[in-house]
Amino acid sequence: MRICVTSKGKSLDSVVDPSFGRCAYFVVVDSESGSVESLVNEGVDAAGGAGIRAAEAIANLEAEVLLTGSVGPNAFSILSEVGITVWVGVNGTVKNSFREYLEGRLESISAPNASVHEGMK
Amino acid sequence: MKIAITSGKGGTGKTTVAVNLALSLGEVQLFDCDVEEPNCNLFLGLDLEKVEDVLCPYPLIDSDKCTLCGVCADFCRFNALAALPRKVLVFPSLCHGCGGCRLVCPAEAVQEESKSLGIIEKGMSGNSPDLYRGLLNVGEGMATPIIRALQRHIDPERPAIIDSPPGVACPVLAAVGNADYCVLVTESTPFGFHDFKLALEAVKLTNIPFGVVINRDGLGDSRVEEFCRAEKVPVLLKIPNDRRIARLYSEGVPFVEEMPGWKEKFAGMFEAIKSKVDPGTVKA
Repeated sequence: MRICVTSKGKSLDSVVDPSFGRCAYFVVVDSESGSVESLVNEGVDAAGGAGIRAAEAIANLEAEVLLTGSVGPNAFSILSEVGITVWVGVNGTVKNSFREYLEGRLESISAPNASVHEGMK
Repeated sequence: MKIAITSGKGGTGKTTVAVNLALSLGEVQLFDCDVEEPNCNLFLGLDLEKVEDVLCPYPLIDSDKCTLCGVCADFCRFNALAALPRKVLVFPSLCHGCGGCRLVCPAEAVQEESKSLGIIEKGMSGNSPDLYRGLLNVGEGMATPIIRALQRHIDPERPAIIDSPPGVACPVLAAVGNADYCVLVTESTPFGFHDFKLALEAVKLTNIPFGVVINRDGLGDSRVEEFCRAEKVPVLLKIPNDRRIARLYSEGVPFVEEMPGWKEKFAGMFEAIKSKVDPGTVKA
């Protein structure tokens, strides 16, 4: 399973970034193979629609699970469309959030938990 | 000739100047381009009729033709399209209607649908200026297409008075940018002066000749006048901070209708503006 964590850096030891649309990087961990890859969030400086750009990017990375802090309505509609499940409450490092997810300590959401432009505040 | 009335700060008296100027001139058109809060008709009280829906096109993807190449989503500066592994999703509220996605699609899979941004209304009566006003839908972000649509009703044979929204962003430049002269309304308070300097910077970008009306003159201090003198910005008119003008304003009555001599002053300002606009450069 491919699990995406929003992050301020590129590695497992980077600090997580709780803003989905305007995070710096996506770190994708493959839970079977253990491989780690990262992708720059190209939408970080978008005037609008950053969440859409971010959701599109991780959909095309074929992530199945997203670990983050908050997701707005436009991004959430894309994640739902492609069947990516969203878990919130990340903290500390990417590795820590990944572990907390596996231990069932993150919260799954079935609706957006932020308004549009939340990441610009 | 088109005269735009603008300001940095809201509530400085743009609508007061626009309406009273229009009433002082007779055969003119008045355009209320403050489409978020069009107030001119509070002074005029005309019966309004809708003349136009202002629409904005947005893409509709034909999934039979779409090859999921993603060129449309890459092109869109407003991120209104998301190219996903199995479909392209459209977010109409982010679309600015440029039509670029349709042009760049190699599979001709982008069709157009349209959404309403607001309406244009018209009001006429024998002894009032003809009024056109735009009304932006509540919650809609794009004011400029409505302001542009409004200005398509300008009759080049008559003077047009354009009441602009306040501020320094796109809607203001859309209202002011095609005018032949710009009147900046301000008041000499710290707030008025601060926002006046910002508005001045915006108007200078347009290369349109401009002058200043000081409203509520006598309130605050003299810094606006001192600034205008130093920068050689003409002060066209001063409207005093007068109790009677304030009372008429609070009752929704244009003060030129009740106070003798003011129609002449506004007409004189119009003549002064006309003399500063080169007839060869008047924009169609």
